[in-house]
Amino acid sequence: MRHGKYPLIVTFLVPPVLLYVIFVVSPYLQAFQISTTDWLGYSADANSVGLANFKTLWNDDYVWNALKNNAILLALVPVLTIVLGLFFAAMLNMGGRKGRAGVSGVRGSSFYRTVYFFPQVLSVVIIALLWKEVYHPNKGLLTSALNSVGLGAPTWLGDPRTAFWCVLAVMIWSNVGFYVVLFGAAMSAIPKEIYEAVMLDGASRLTTLWKVTIPLLWDTVQVAWVYLAIFALDGFILVQLMTNGGPNFSTDVIGVRMYDTAFGSETKFGYASAIGVVMFFLTLTVAVLALRASKRDRIEYS
Amino acid sequence: MNRRDILRRTAAAGLLATPAAGLLTGCATGGGDDDKGDAGTYKGTKSEQNPLGVKEDAPLEVVIFNGGFGEEYAKAHEAMYTEKYPKAKINHSATQEIAKTLQPRFVDNTPPDVVNNSGANQIDFNGLVSQNAIADLGELLAAPSLDIPGKTVKDTLLPGAVEVGSYDGKFLVMNYTYTVYGIWHSTKLFTERKWEYAKTWDEHIALCKQIKAAGIAPWTYAGAHPRYMSWPVISTAIKFGGPSVATAIDNLEPNAWKSDAMKTAADAWHQIVKDKFILEGSPGLDHKQSQTAWCQGKAAFISCGSWLESEQKDVTPAGFNMTIQPTPSLGSGDKLPFEAVRGTAGEPFMVPAKAKNVAGGLEFFRVMLSKKGAQDFTKKVSSLTVVAGASEGVELPFGLNTVVKALEASGSNGFNWVYNNYYRKLERNLIDAACGEFFSGRIGPAEFLDQCQKGADSIAQDSSIKKYKRAA
Repeated sequence: MRHGKYPLIVTFLVPPVLLYVIFVVSPYLQAFQISTTDWLGYSADANSVGLANFKTLWNDDYVWNALKNNAILLALVPVLTIVLGLFFAAMLNMGGRKGRAGVSGVRGSSFYRTVYFFPQVLSVVIIALLWKEVYHPNKGLLTSALNSVGLGAPTWLGDPRTAFWCVLAVMIWSNVGFYVVLFGAAMSAIPKEIYEAVMLDGASRLTTLWKVTIPLLWDTVQVAWVYLAIFALDGFILVQLMTNGGPNFSTDVIGVRMYDTAFGSETKFGYASAIGVVMFFLTLTVAVLALRASKRDRIEYS
Repeated sequence: MNRRDILRRTAAAGLLATPAAGLLTGCATGGGDDDKGDAGTYKGTKSEQNPLGVKEDAPLEVVIFNGGFGEEYAKAHEAMYTEKYPKAKINHSATQEIAKTLQPRFVDNTPPDVVNNSGANQIDFNGLVSQNAIADLGELLAAPSLDIPGKTVKDTLLPGAVEVGSYDGKFLVMNYTYTVYGIWHSTKLFTERKWEYAKTWDEHIALCKQIKAAGIAPWTYAGAHPRYMSWPVISTAIKFGGPSVATAIDNLEPNAWKSDAMKTAADAWHQIVKDKFILEGSPGLDHKQSQTAWCQGKAAFISCGSWLESEQKDVTPAGFNMTIQPTPSLGSGDKLPFEAVRGTAGEPFMVPAKAKNVAGGLEFFRVMLSKKGAQDFTKKVSSLTVVAGASEGVELPFGLNTVVKALEASGSNGFNWVYNNYYRKLERNLIDAACGEFFSGRIGPAEFLDQCQKGADSIAQDSSIKKYKRAA
């Protein structure tokens, strides 16, 4: 098959690489270049200002406030989503009571699976609007429920003390379903014999989950971790639609800061690009660290 | 390396580099060839019939913000334009994303001829003006009106229409609608309960007590956009201390936000927070939600501009009869009478400086500012225009009628401020956040003004933002 190898490689490799360079690499490079200018976005004039934008950024309290919120998201969203995802997936796949040797999910697990996956079917915009109504301080589902049992409710998205946590809850809610399905698929790939063996040895359910299932799922968890970490550094759509960073910047994230700088309250494309460059390196760092930190020896089934 | 190799490699490198380089220059800051726009501009001969020198067969491109007013009114204006210049082909489009659709075209020096730069995604005017991206409309003001004999276009406009669109004395932005800001209530509700709108602050507080006792919240506001409440506070301060309160704020003077007038006004407005006269949960509502709560009779007062009636058209109950009123006076020491109301031109239109058919753009504005064009607009979208007296003979809905009356009563006492046009970030981000804290009761009046002043100072110190000054 050596004959005609190069035409094949050229045909299948060059066009995609070219497209990738044009549409992915070159915009990145442009963003780097723009971040060193004072470009205001509506004329072709831009003066190079060196690293001045990054210096301003370093002293920008609003950027730091947004980064702090992203840091909290980064610490909480992946952990909570993965823990919940693993818990639900375990319940759906091995939480049932059927037999001693068999491993099965709780009753109606296929129904639950559909329900959990539901948020994934909806577009993020719809999720944001849906929850905005749930959090409606006068007639929202949540407020009405609390009021009906005689508890007072806060104003949710209108109060800096609660708004951030409300958005965080929606982020987890909208993500869990996907990871339930992902972990579930990985779990069903684990051979039944392993479970039979540990059960014969008298291991409890929790031990089985902790010592058998999770180690065998580690690759999948690792992928989930990286995805969720990147998601936590973004969070743009939900925040922008639900609170637009308010009240009083309590839910601001770095993505909203970038959008606001370029299209919202001012048009500083150079400065917005600098924020984008910082975001790029932060995300890259987090992804590399997450992959490194969670590296383990691969466990083979056989 | 033999010759064939070199050739092959340079060709490969060229293949890789060309599209990327083209993209760089096409998309972003690579351009800079400023004379490109001049070569293809359309110019005709000026005459009495054609004072702006429109080239009769030059095409005209119009981009409209497809928001509360829709795009039908613009199509009507375009038809009037083609009536005069039958050979001109008009290219009409409407979008809600003005900034994102037009940004690349500004960079590329191929902007449309007329832009209705409005809505949440409008382009920040400070950015446009500081980059000289907008054409000077001075010629338009001096041109004779299209159908009001003996008057120049400038003579036909309501007071304040030119000032709002002027930057450092140059008229750049044609704000087409005339907006009045005030406090709204339902005439039906007030007649039923035998309440009467209060003219002084003490009476207002007494009325609020009465309303609250009747089981209705006196006030509500948009917690997601709390800047709506900065309007009555600043209005109260201006009526108390005179229009110089506003010029100081607009010119970013030190401690403008902490003037005595602003302090007195903030102290007064703090009363409605302290006495819990605001509908519970308001800090968590957005503008539509709060306006709807008000339309449902859950609250008696709301602060908004004269667009409120058409924005709420779908949810307003029949016979609700909304009425606009000026902010209450603080007392007999006020510099402006109770009737003084904030009126300003809104809904900005511009002709980009690099547009191909600048003369056609200005002529299009002349059509819009004709009596026929203005009346047609008012009929179609129920909003006033900056053309004085153009609403005469047009049947207006109830709320807009009260706006016209309020405007007449206010007369020459009308006032306005423009810091929100000069420095969008100051109102949209910083004052907004401060208002949110203040009206939800988390901070007091002193802290509120401190926070506003801090925001204004941060703009004043930011050397990357162009500063404007206006005379009193």
